[in-house]
Amino acid sequence: MTVGTIASDKARQVAQEVCQQHGATRDELIPILSDINRQLGYLPAEALDEISTQLKIPKSQVLSAASFYSMLSTQPRGRHVIKFCESAPCHVQGGREVWLALQDQLQLKSGETSPDDRWTLETTSCLGQCADGPVILVDEDIYLNVTPDQLSGILAKYK
Amino acid sequence: MIAEQRIVTERLGIIDPQKIEDYIDHHGYEALRKVLTGMSPADVVDVIERSGLRGRGGAGFPTGIKWKYVSKTPGDQKYVICNADESEPGTFKDRLVLEGDPHTIVEAMIIAGYAVGASVGYIYIRGEYGLSQKRFSHAIRQARQNGYLGEHILKSDFNFEIHVHSGAGAYICGEETALIESIEGKRGEPRTRPPYPTTNGLWNMPTLVNNVETLANVTAIIRNGAEWYHAIGTPSSAGTKVFTIFGKVNSRGFFEVPMGISLRQAIDTFGKGMASGSTFKLAQTGGSSGSLVPPDLLDIPMDFDSFKAGVVMGSGALLICDQNTCVVDLARVLLNFFRVESCGKCNPCRIGNMRAQTILNGIAQGIGTMKDLENLEMIGRYLYEMSNCGLGQTAGSPLRDILTHFRPEVEAHIISKDCLAGVCAMSGQPALV
Repeated sequence: MTVGTIASDKARQVAQEVCQQHGATRDELIPILSDINRQLGYLPAEALDEISTQLKIPKSQVLSAASFYSMLSTQPRGRHVIKFCESAPCHVQGGREVWLALQDQLQLKSGETSPDDRWTLETTSCLGQCADGPVILVDEDIYLNVTPDQLSGILAKYK
Repeated sequence: MIAEQRIVTERLGIIDPQKIEDYIDHHGYEALRKVLTGMSPADVVDVIERSGLRGRGGAGFPTGIKWKYVSKTPGDQKYVICNADESEPGTFKDRLVLEGDPHTIVEAMIIAGYAVGASVGYIYIRGEYGLSQKRFSHAIRQARQNGYLGEHILKSDFNFEIHVHSGAGAYICGEETALIESIEGKRGEPRTRPPYPTTNGLWNMPTLVNNVETLANVTAIIRNGAEWYHAIGTPSSAGTKVFTIFGKVNSRGFFEVPMGISLRQAIDTFGKGMASGSTFKLAQTGGSSGSLVPPDLLDIPMDFDSFKAGVVMGSGALLICDQNTCVVDLARVLLNFFRVESCGKCNPCRIGNMRAQTILNGIAQGIGTMKDLENLEMIGRYLYEMSNCGLGQTAGSPLRDILTHFRPEVEAHIISKDCLAGVCAMSGQPALV
């Protein structure tokens, strides 16, 4: 097992529980995927397999939905996920400088996970906080009006 | 001096959004009572149609006509969907309403259900709007406890239920048929229209899809009448519009005014002028799919028809840029957005946006050619003419706008390898990848 992946029996068990909670019907597929992603940090292949069994729909259709939405991941990610808003409003309001500083401090590029598994760096489209850009999202915490010199303080909060 | 007139945002900051009593004290559920005690469904549709209300998601389709289509389509089960997948960059008006006055949307959805003959409603709230989802779910529970939602609403024969559906991160799900696909548990890929959702919507049944801001006008229209509403705004676009303003201005935030305000008035009055050291260069209006507006269009009154003069009102987002914004760099950011958010279903959009971004990257690196400009124009035209949905059809707007309004600045990148704003990598600074 590599660092960060979820054991297959646990993935199946969580998938089973979540399907039962929501009711195993097709229109619950995206809420089910979102819930599992929240609990496990990503969607392991075994979980997708279990959803396919529970909902009685082809695996291809489960993967097709799972791979479409940006808040869902089919790959393991770091303990903390940083999302930087790359849309035009943040870009114009100083986002470009924040993005360069963020990549520099983490020594990561977009989509990469740090070797110690602490961080995954991603870009995101507009988060709807544009009067207070630049905006970054760390896990569930949103940071507004971010400047490059605030980054080290923000990052230090997450171990 | 332009003054605010608040209809959509009238209760924001005034009521406690978590208390239904506060909402009721401020005319809450009065419109629903009026509808259920003295109006037929056809009366309600008629009032909305005569009010001149147009869809606030950006396209401006007449709301009353949509309601009439759904009401006249036979169907054993019809649906009302509130589109709260607000993802247009720069737009957060719907979030403010859902967070600050959720009951107005609950009430409007029930009224819409009564008008079109639907007993089930869905609200599709984007996954990133956690607080909106929480506030709205709370409002639904309170409405149910107080007899406004569920069976025999206000002791009438009308039943209505609302379900909250969370998005999972996809701009395209703001397109109504992609949104419907997503509720059905699929990838958010737009369907081919026609047929429209008014006849073949959720689970192939007649479905009314309205934006949050559109619905936020409904209760006031029912209470105050169609004539009152129609007298506000411009002849083609009745009512008010919520704008969001940010960028290089002194004051950033939202404001609601009658339709017809110009960009200059918006910047001076609500942006409190350009920021110190900033000179107006362009505004990006209506979100990424809107328009890039040069200084000579600052006085065009903005409404649903002002796109004909080159100023798209769209969702009401106003991004104000100064001399430090490079048009090539900005277009690169905008096309990157469309490349990332394209669902990939149709070729012109999937390939066109990627090609356009690659070409713009080249120009920003100082390796562009004049032939590139012809290709950008061609890609923009193909996107508009051949894409399946609104995302692809509008994705070429930034290309068209920079080449129409800022051609010399773009050409300088190619001919003299010069980025006037000093932003592009050729000027010695790294560029956003």
